[in-house]
Amino acid sequence: MATKAIVGEKVGMTQVWDDQNRVVPVTVLRVTPVRVVQVKRPDTDGYSALQVTYGMKKAKSLTKPEAGHFAKGNVDPGAHLVELRLDDTNGYEVGQEIGVDLLEAGTKVDVTAISKGKGYAGGMKRHNFKGLGAGHGTHRKHRAPGSIGACATPSRVFKGTRMAGRMGAEKVTTLNLEVVQSDPERNLLLVKGAVPGPKGGLVLVRDAVKAGK
Amino acid sequence: MNPTDLVDRASLRDDVPAFSPGDTLKVHVRVVEGTRERVQVFQGVVIRRQGSGLHETFTVRKVSFGVGVERTFPVHSPIIQKIEPVTLGDVRRAKLYYLRDLRGKAAKIKEKRVPR
Repeated sequence: MATKAIVGEKVGMTQVWDDQNRVVPVTVLRVTPVRVVQVKRPDTDGYSALQVTYGMKKAKSLTKPEAGHFAKGNVDPGAHLVELRLDDTNGYEVGQEIGVDLLEAGTKVDVTAISKGKGYAGGMKRHNFKGLGAGHGTHRKHRAPGSIGACATPSRVFKGTRMAGRMGAEKVTTLNLEVVQSDPERNLLLVKGAVPGPKGGLVLVRDAVKAGK
Repeated sequence: MNPTDLVDRASLRDDVPAFSPGDTLKVHVRVVEGTRERVQVFQGVVIRRQGSGLHETFTVRKVSFGVGVERTFPVHSPIIQKIEPVTLGDVRRAKLYYLRDLRGKAAKIKEKRVPR
């Protein structure tokens, strides 16, 4: 599991030049300092995690349970509560602020977010089916899935057969993205490559679990 | 304004001269050979300029020993030492792909007469 993690928002994609003047495609993430609201430990909670919040939320729009939870740790209420699973939460304490300087340039990270919803999508888009031919007598079946099973045996369609259906809006993790730049002054994190989800969406950034040695 | 403009601002160049498709340019390109760096000039006609902001690119076409050569550069690329406009071209469209099918005198672009 990860040893470092932080939460942010996706801003959008752009490009920067590296030291050899090559174009590097980057995703810009806004990572405002997060405040630890609760530290979960194996002996009390059964697992290790940090519950954090970021941003601001008006006191009047808090529910009483929320307000009480924030008041318990004496932490300013934030926009969301996010749990970050970690190997080890020793050394973290309630009220502590974690900034973007946690991850310096060059580290490999995994980024988790909810992908963009695609609605009800066909087999070609959802499962990369090839569809049917464009010509040679194909009639109004150009994007059809083709056969979905055999005949009288088994005389049913197997469960899990890939077909059209709801696509996207699910939790997606992109592994081993490189941190290009970490800017604590502007609270920005530049990550090489694409990141799931829409602009403004919540993203979890943690150090890569499969980075290799 | 795009939210990512703040990040782009650092990479934008302010020494890019005004040029448009049809113009002839001398593009001074930094070339790294091993440890040495030298400047190579690529002179030709701008046949396309596309994109905006940091992502804007332009394509320069020249005919070298009878072979057409096209190079596309990001406008704000740090490998460009400088861009030197040579002549202004009088053209009627934004993308001059028709030049690829023309040879010799037919591929020549009229020079724009600037009113005094």
